[in-house]
Amino acid sequence: MGMTIAEKIVALAAGVPEAKAGDIHTVELDYLMSNDGTTHLTVDMYNSLKHPRIADKNKLVWIVDHNVPCDSPKTAASQKKMRDFAKLNGITFYEGEGVCHQVMAEKYVCPGQLIFGADSHTCTYGALGAFGTGVGCTDYLYGMVTGKSWVLVPETLRFVLTGELSHGVTARDLILTIIGKIGANGANYKAMEFTGPAMKTLSMSDRLSICNLCVEAGAKTALMEVDEITLEYLAQHGGRTPKACFTSDPDAVFAAEYEINLSEVVPVTAKPHFVDNIAPVSECADVAIDEAFLGSCNNGRLEDLRLAAEIIRGRKVAPKVRFLVVPASREVYNAALKEGLLNVFMEAGAIVMNPNCSVCWGSCQGVIGEGEVLVSTGTRNFKGRAGDKNSFVYLASAATVTASAIAGKITQAF
Amino acid sequence: MGKTLIEKIIARNLHDENVKAGDIVTVDVDRVMIHDIFIPFVADKFKEMGFKKIWDTDKVVLIYDHLVPASQTDDTRHFRAGDAFAEEFGPIHVHRSDGICHQLMPELGYVKPGDVVFGTDSHTVTYGCVGAFSTGIGYTEMAGILGTGKLWIRVPQTIRVNINGKLPENVSAKDIILTVIGDLRADGATYQSLEFAGDTVDALSVAGRMTISNMTVEAGAKCGLFVPDDKTAAYCGLGGTLPEELAQLRPDEDAVYSRVMEYRAEDFVPVMACPSQVDSIRPVAELAPEEISVDQVFLGSCTNGRLEDLRSAASVLKDRHIAPFVKMIVTPASRSIYEAAAKEGILDILSEAGAMITHPSCGLCCGRAGGILTDDEVVVATNNRNFLGRMGTSKVRIYLASPLTAAVCALEGKITVPAAYKE
Amino acid sequence: MEQFSGKIWVLGDDIDTDIIMPTEYLALKTIDDMRPYAFSPLRPELAGRICPGDIIVAGKNFGCGSSREQAPEVIKALGIRCVIASSYARIFFRNAINNGLLLIENSEIQKAVKEGDEIEVHVGEYILHDGVKYPVSSLPQNLLDILDAGGLVKAMQRLNGIV
Repeated sequence: MGMTIAEKIVALAAGVPEAKAGDIHTVELDYLMSNDGTTHLTVDMYNSLKHPRIADKNKLVWIVDHNVPCDSPKTAASQKKMRDFAKLNGITFYEGEGVCHQVMAEKYVCPGQLIFGADSHTCTYGALGAFGTGVGCTDYLYGMVTGKSWVLVPETLRFVLTGELSHGVTARDLILTIIGKIGANGANYKAMEFTGPAMKTLSMSDRLSICNLCVEAGAKTALMEVDEITLEYLAQHGGRTPKACFTSDPDAVFAAEYEINLSEVVPVTAKPHFVDNIAPVSECADVAIDEAFLGSCNNGRLEDLRLAAEIIRGRKVAPKVRFLVVPASREVYNAALKEGLLNVFMEAGAIVMNPNCSVCWGSCQGVIGEGEVLVSTGTRNFKGRAGDKNSFVYLASAATVTASAIAGKITQAF
Repeated sequence: MGKTLIEKIIARNLHDENVKAGDIVTVDVDRVMIHDIFIPFVADKFKEMGFKKIWDTDKVVLIYDHLVPASQTDDTRHFRAGDAFAEEFGPIHVHRSDGICHQLMPELGYVKPGDVVFGTDSHTVTYGCVGAFSTGIGYTEMAGILGTGKLWIRVPQTIRVNINGKLPENVSAKDIILTVIGDLRADGATYQSLEFAGDTVDALSVAGRMTISNMTVEAGAKCGLFVPDDKTAAYCGLGGTLPEELAQLRPDEDAVYSRVMEYRAEDFVPVMACPSQVDSIRPVAELAPEEISVDQVFLGSCTNGRLEDLRSAASVLKDRHIAPFVKMIVTPASRSIYEAAAKEGILDILSEAGAMITHPSCGLCCGRAGGILTDDEVVVATNNRNFLGRMGTSKVRIYLASPLTAAVCALEGKITVPAAYKE
Repeated sequence: MEQFSGKIWVLGDDIDTDIIMPTEYLALKTIDDMRPYAFSPLRPELAGRICPGDIIVAGKNFGCGSSREQAPEVIKALGIRCVIASSYARIFFRNAINNGLLLIENSEIQKAVKEGDEIEVHVGEYILHDGVKYPVSSLPQNLLDILDAGGLVKAMQRLNGIV
């Protein structure tokens, strides 16, 4: 019987010829990514083990990105614990280099790999044909100590993408539309696989944005086939070579298959307080905003900044609106700096920060107050996610967020 | 009897030539600055006092800088309070994310030589760099000024600081003021004006003078003044030469000083203020052998976040990378400095060297975000205060230094003497 | 002249405004919210132990640093009756007067007292400790006027004819 991409990657990691949805396999992990949201807890658990050891330190990548620069003595202590442990044990360590998933995509992830990340948005790596999934500290610790873990092979929902996005409609609108369609638990425990003729119209930036948000539909992982766009990205980013490039077999079994015509997608927003509470931007026009956020592992890449800069060049942020622009990584920051994009935002009156999770994480930088409204390219709009428990987050594309920052209310860009 | 510079400035304000140190007088205020932390308190007191309007709205500047970007959920309440106050009693000047108040006030032309300016922040003394009398007050007095346009002051006595000669190449304005504070001690200039003079001072840029004026409050001073010159005029947008009327703003030959301090520029060396007092000054060369490892470097603040400061750090960091596990945070002092540094390629150099570059704001200097530390960590910072607990727990050790010294410490990962800085 | 007695808390030189009220807590809504954090970098327990009527005795340059008026306000909110120090930083001094917090300058008593001692304050005249009198001077008239009015807010209210 044929296998899906997810089944093939698990089979490879388990060293077995075949895996099928529902099987449980012991797998060899390729990387274990962890960030400052939880690593200090993992370190505590590790230190309480009777015989602590690290199976392979080269598989560990630790990234401080959530509270950067540090905002309180408490987070400083957590980060110090993580930093000291990394230093002592020779673990690859990044601090201030960007949002973990963007850094992983730029430097590590290879097609065919199976990667655990102590962060729910680890499914981002599917854009590069890798099986990335989020785990908790205990799973992470087990992987760190043994180099292995177990995986319940997921069923796959297949999305066949056709057509082409209209001008002013982004990959972000596409994935939000899909989440709206299948619901916030529509892909629970499952893999979401994207394929179809429209794939060639989607850049790596688009693909990362799509896979990143699949966890908001409950997905365990997201997957895409490796093509020229993937290989070119790998070549430009350290000349990495794939572990394996998989496509689903013609006779693979899918839990469901959807055809999505990209030309039918319109700019949308996820209204408070659920990611699947989707409505066309036109329906939310006139919602006044206090803050706009362009950034995160979902939409803080160079292409997003270019699109936003094109919209805001020569214009100004609305007087009382705070427009937070946060490139997703140092690579993105440096490129945007060289292209003059950062000064476009500065001249418009935006607040341009160093690469980090910023208000998408919602515990420090750019938090919003009681009754305030944020329009955001971040990943979540849960109640209280961006600050005060009585505040409101609308998720939208880089284009919508930027146009809204200028208008002072939710506005469609094109 | 001759007059000091502060006596001249106040006499000009009062149109009274008889003013002398020790007099208690009521001055007409030329400009006030209020920042985001205190605006809710100013607004409340203003209303409580029963005022219905601001005496002169054009003279009021409101700047959001301590809480930008917000780091606690209640912070944005301050922005809303400021916006509401501006709407009700304005139009006043409001800057919501353009940089640090003390950089913006002179940079945007809100302060001119000879002006009398008050701000709700102790580092309001900065504007002495252009020959203005400016000092910090609390929010209650600010509310009073908003209603009346006036404030009583005691005309301070003056300590004169003469500096002559050529500075060593690894020494900057920061090393000068730290050295002077070390000699005066933290209360050595309390209630007094500090007046800087000499050919070394004349040769300093306005940015360098700003660094010096900014820190005079750390010796307790009421103000730190420089005689305005052509450079001042150019900086303040008054043309290439100082207007005739402002040329009177210089001390008389026979002015009376409470104390005169003499320095030879050649004698200055790179120094640091050691934990946890600003007057605990030691030469970097004396600290270096102790092999003090550095966890973080902060380049920014109203003391040292200007273009020439970033340029000085970039000269050290070009084509190099900061030490492993060391963080370097760069927070330019204003939006225009950020833009200029981006255009000049300085931000590229700093970012490629591994620095995190944040939006212009008070950042770590005010200790609410921007690089908070924990027990036993060491930070070398270019700002103005190293008080206990200022940047995290009370076990964080803060060393204050020049941008050049700070950059070298980031590069080496330990306290290190900078070599000469070549532009 | 007014007189009172109280138990003293002894602090050192250069007690800065960041010690009196750290910036981290400066944007809390009210002075009451800030009260538990007063002096926390130096002595985290102090705010919880100070009782109304207590007196602070400190060294030189008390209140140096920032212009934050929360510093004298929080000292007042803790119930401190007055502060005795060798000297004060100027902004703190003005802020204290404007909020009606009594400051007394004396640089001898520090050598004699220890924490927990009782002292007697005769405002404008002397402090009595262990049978020894320490003379104190009076304030200039313009400041006494503000204190007389009950602080600057009240003085301005008088100006605006609302009291």
